[in-house]
Amino acid sequence: MAVMTDTDRTVARTGRPVRWSVVIDHAILIAGSLMMILPVFAVFISTSISDVEIYREGLNLSLGPHMAENFDKALFLKGGFTGEITGSSMLINSFILGIGFALGKILIGMTAAYAIVYFRLRFATFAFWIIFTTLLLPLEVRILPTYEVVQGLGLANTYTGLILPLVASATATFFFRQFFLSVPEELVEAARIDGAGPVKFFIDILVPLSRTMVAAIFIIMFVYGWNQYLWPTLITTDESLFTLVRGIKQIIQNLDGANVPEYGRALALAIIAILPPVLVVVIFQSWFVKGLVESDK
Amino acid sequence: MVHVSLESISKVYPNGVRAVQPTSFNIEKGEFIVLVGPSGCGKSTLLRMMAGLEEITEGDLSIAGRVVNDIDPAERDIAMVFQNYALYPHMTVYNNMAYGLRNRGMGKTEIDKAVKEAATMLNLTEYLERRPSQLSGGQRQRVAMGRAIVRSPSLFLFDEPLSNLDAKLRGQMRIEIKALQRRLGVTSVYVTHDQVEAMTMADRIIVLNGGRIEQIGTPAEVYHQPASTFVASFMGAPPMNLLPARYNGNGRVHLSETVHIEAPGQANYSGDIRLGVRPENVGIVGASHPDALRFDLEFVEELGAGRLLHGKVGESGLIVHIPHTDPIPSDEVYVDLPKSALLMFDPATGARL
Ligand SMILES: Nc1ncnc2c1ncn2[C@@H]1O[C@H](COP(=O)(O)OP(=O)(O)OP(=O)(O)O)[C@@H](O)[C@H]1O
Ligand SMILES: [Mg+2]
Repeated sequence: MAVMTDTDRTVARTGRPVRWSVVIDHAILIAGSLMMILPVFAVFISTSISDVEIYREGLNLSLGPHMAENFDKALFLKGGFTGEITGSSMLINSFILGIGFALGKILIGMTAAYAIVYFRLRFATFAFWIIFTTLLLPLEVRILPTYEVVQGLGLANTYTGLILPLVASATATFFFRQFFLSVPEELVEAARIDGAGPVKFFIDILVPLSRTMVAAIFIIMFVYGWNQYLWPTLITTDESLFTLVRGIKQIIQNLDGANVPEYGRALALAIIAILPPVLVVVIFQSWFVKGLVESDK
Repeated sequence: MVHVSLESISKVYPNGVRAVQPTSFNIEKGEFIVLVGPSGCGKSTLLRMMAGLEEITEGDLSIAGRVVNDIDPAERDIAMVFQNYALYPHMTVYNNMAYGLRNRGMGKTEIDKAVKEAATMLNLTEYLERRPSQLSGGQRQRVAMGRAIVRSPSLFLFDEPLSNLDAKLRGQMRIEIKALQRRLGVTSVYVTHDQVEAMTMADRIIVLNGGRIEQIGTPAEVYHQPASTFVASFMGAPPMNLLPARYNGNGRVHLSETVHIEAPGQANYSGDIRLGVRPENVGIVGASHPDALRFDLEFVEELGAGRLLHGKVGESGLIVHIPHTDPIPSDEVYVDLPKSALLMFDPATGARL
């Protein structure tokens, strides 16, 4: 009732156009959400029906009996070219890439920003702008020379080769620099008088102060690392290093032409690949917002 | 015994600003020195040079007989309280106080004892496990004090530690800090631009102006015998009256062609002067008084404990402070500028004659 009165009053005061624009706004938003959620939902439901049915009818919106079986196959059935890899081994690789990438970024970004902000380096500003321009050169742009270098160092088909080149960009450095610049000068001075040297100050004061910032960057970077496709495709040819995003296609390729492709298993793998980034964002959402909006000072 | 000595210390910032002119003075052991002056006069710069947070451009600074120009702040045996307190936001009150001791490699039990002792002294015992963000402004101020005293340094440095507090709390903390300093007997340098704080807390006041020392003296000296018109008008609220006048070396001061009064003393000078007199030293007298001056009363400011009469003698403005027990004069008002309370200043340089 209260809502009704409210709407009525709005209508009485400002006339119809306002009401229609609200309706249209919501219609657009709802349509947009549905467009994003429905396909995922359809994929999820379709994991419950048999491969033949999917082959015949496409994605399905009615529940069938095969869901548990398909997820079990997706995670544990050996497959791939070598017949050795499973969904869960790719899941582990994806975690190694996501976490390794995020941690590497944070470590390098923080230490670089620390040097730039707190030490009287001669070319600190210059160095910062050099680092900053790497934002204009993401891995995709420099992918061939990077491949050449990594290959030359013998790092192809290693976790190091997979993670390290992705870490080299300025985003985290930039965020941490902005944050460090907002830490009051007196805090540094108080710590100096308290006998904290550069390392102690960093570990005892700066790192704990940055923790919400670290959490936010970790989330962004984890999702970014998790979703990498091009670079892992290029640098890992050994199936045991395949990540989920890159490997879904591979795992269902060992079919002889006569068989129906294992659609159910592939769809289940797709759902599994989506899940961790979504969970990370949902669980750490409040940290994420906190880190970007407020600073603990 | 001299504890801190500054010898022609000066500061030029990298951008060329000369914040402190060559400055020399000594601080006795246990003394409470207040550096006072208007904004931008170099108080903080001078203090920060003592702390070691700012490099000394020229001159020598010694603390306890040791030249410390090139010694790290942590090694100078000092403690500093900042205007915004600079507490570590992520540490509890306990850890804020203990952090410096830990870095010094002090043992756990000793740290615990020192922190508890300081906390008791500052009434912080029940807040030891809180974070700074969970404390009031006054409590944070106390924690900052606590962090300074646990280390039992040989020199306390304060940079406007009370200016973020409201007036009432400021008055209270002023007394607490002073009492604590008395009790601990630690040599202290205190920066403020509040002349009331300076007067009430200092053993000796150093008045700075434009990076130069205008005067060093006890609060009474600075108040009653200001070395310059700058000090005279900076210290005291309301400030000292400074009337334009003429002195001809004949023992009389001429306020105008016709009005002249007896000069406070002999000065080897003749020409224009500024005649200084504190508002509370001006007396209201009857018309028959030999030195009575006609005072045109313009308005009265009520202070509670007294009243300020604003008005004019001849062409120049004059403020008179009278006790609240005295009646507000009506019709014709006459004032007397007693000879003993008068000071003469050179109008060009501002120096006292
Ligand atoms: N880091 C700096 N670089 C260049 N000039 C500075 C720097 N810090 C202060 N100054 C200049 O030095 C002069 C003295 O500054 P200082 O901070 O010592 O003043 P202050 O007496 O403490 O003033 P306030 O009462 O406002 O704190 C000012 O003119 C100021 O502009
Ligand atoms: Mg200052």
